[in-house]
Amino acid sequence: MRLTGFLIFVSGKVLKAVILLAALSVLSFWLVSKSPIDPVQSYIGADAMVVGPEQRENIAAYWGLDRPPLERLYSWGAALLQGDFGTSMIFRRPVLTVIGERFMASLMLMGLAWIISGLLGFWLGITAAMKQGSWLDRLIKTYCFTLASTPTFWLGLLLLIVFAVWLGWFPIGLAVPAGGLAEEVTLAERLRHLILPALTLSILGVANVALHTRQKLIDVLNSEYVLLARARGATEREVLFRHGLRNIALPAVTLQFASLSELFGGSVLAEQVFSYPGLGQATVQAGLRGDVPLLLGIVIFSAMFVFSGNLIADIIYRLVDPRIRQGEASG
Amino acid sequence: MSMPGEVSGVKTEPMLSVRELSVSFIQYARGLKQQLLEVINGLSIELYPGEVVAVVGSSGSGKSLLAHAVLGILPGNAIVSGDMQFGGEILTSKRQSTLRGTEIAFVPQSVNYLDPLMKVGAQVKAAVKQGSKREVQQKIFKRYHLDKNVENLYPFQLSGGMARRILVAGALVGNARLVIADEPTPGLHPAVVKETLHHLRELSDEGRAVMLITHDIKAALEYADRIAVFYAGTTLETANVADFSGDGSDLRHPYSKALWKALPQNDFVSLPGFQPASGELPQGCLFAPRCHMFKDLCKEKRPKERSLRGGKVRCHYAT
Repeated sequence: MRLTGFLIFVSGKVLKAVILLAALSVLSFWLVSKSPIDPVQSYIGADAMVVGPEQRENIAAYWGLDRPPLERLYSWGAALLQGDFGTSMIFRRPVLTVIGERFMASLMLMGLAWIISGLLGFWLGITAAMKQGSWLDRLIKTYCFTLASTPTFWLGLLLLIVFAVWLGWFPIGLAVPAGGLAEEVTLAERLRHLILPALTLSILGVANVALHTRQKLIDVLNSEYVLLARARGATEREVLFRHGLRNIALPAVTLQFASLSELFGGSVLAEQVFSYPGLGQATVQAGLRGDVPLLLGIVIFSAMFVFSGNLIADIIYRLVDPRIRQGEASG
Repeated sequence: MSMPGEVSGVKTEPMLSVRELSVSFIQYARGLKQQLLEVINGLSIELYPGEVVAVVGSSGSGKSLLAHAVLGILPGNAIVSGDMQFGGEILTSKRQSTLRGTEIAFVPQSVNYLDPLMKVGAQVKAAVKQGSKREVQQKIFKRYHLDKNVENLYPFQLSGGMARRILVAGALVGNARLVIADEPTPGLHPAVVKETLHHLRELSDEGRAVMLITHDIKAALEYADRIAVFYAGTTLETANVADFSGDGSDLRHPYSKALWKALPQNDFVSLPGFQPASGELPQGCLFAPRCHMFKDLCKEKRPKERSLRGGKVRCHYAT
């Protein structure tokens, strides 16, 4: 039966997710506990001269840092199972609230970059494949190969210099204008702050989809079924719209979902360059200042995020590809 | 057996006539040095309405390329020369593009020639150029005893026999006068092979010309009227099916005779040596290195095609 097959598939995936998260939690906890950064020291910061050793011990005891790592892991894990991610040391608010807030900002950024890079990459890939061997194809390929080896922060800085500093078209950083009330920020202002970081991520995200789409479409154009279509009088346009898109859309969409990990990684760097207050920036802060609960919370959350992307890609394949869909129905 | 082109005593024009066709590919040899690889050379063949002509030869002899050349779907790096006529008029690439899928139909090798993500009914409909796509498709499905629900199946769900019928059905969406079937029966169950060849025979009996490209001589002998023997990119002989009988003395070319003798029901002895690869063709007769009638002339001069005893042969010494 088709439904039971699907249920087995999903529960298998969920089981994998649970194991992944458990292993990830232990590993991250261990790594953080080995970190050379002393959370108390980084919390106190410039006030180090004023805060005495006794006060330091008090802070450590308040955070539970005086207890052995295993005990801390246990109490953190037990609280986590009840949905309590703890309190962020640097924001002094519940981790989940911080992540939620920061994620909404990042979601806008990543979502915009995801859609632009997907559509642009798909279009570039099709153009290159249809004109295979031409100067246009070579141009697109060169563009993609160059971008694939470009660091995110470097491109971000470059865009900042050109469009924010020299031309002054866009603000230099942040998500909203500084010095105003939160209620007075308009959508247009938010978008203006969003464009450069989103552009940075989109320009870099294009390469993957474009190159894959190009190769896949070239395979399709060389396939036997396209040969038959041509032998039966189909024009190149009909070949593309009847057979090309049908056979390359699914790989492109699933690739785009599976590339969420790269997008997330890229957003960490882009947000840092643009001082964009998203989840990526929070990650950097939590790491540098030894905010263990927030860092672990973000690790678990981002793992779930990337895992969901891959899961969605898998599910789409099963729902759309008739060879898997119908094969399950009859098998 | 009547002569080709004679239908009830009246001489008709050939439906397809290919004369001295050559196909070469531009290849990059070392670095940027270009090299021309000749895969078909001096090929001639004629097809008349109402007949099945089998093109027989081992793999690599250029059979499929002949089909692609007639349809005009060779890859971009191919260079074609020679003369092709369809219905008495020269086949230009512009004419080819209007005739493909209408007057010239193509039956491919296997189910791989169907789009794996498209329902087969829709694929047959997509090939329809005139009239109601739906009606034409349903009529053809009925003719080939394909159930109504088959049109909603994907290629991977078809049985071998169904796939065959779909592929043949696709050739009938237009008013095809010429049907080119490229190895339509490899690796199939004998009953399915028989059914497919029977369908092709039917198409020719309805007045179409059918080119059956195959390496299965046995099947060709059973269903074709004439047989063109292919070797290293050219036709060494075109013979009537009846010539393939007895000890093969009615055949003209030593290679055809060797092919005939190699069949299990005959002497079952294969000819030593192998077909020369394109790019390493001998200067004279292509078959010379394996020929027992070989003389000096064969080494120097490639024989032209000539008529002999109601067939055609490309040999200096055939009688």
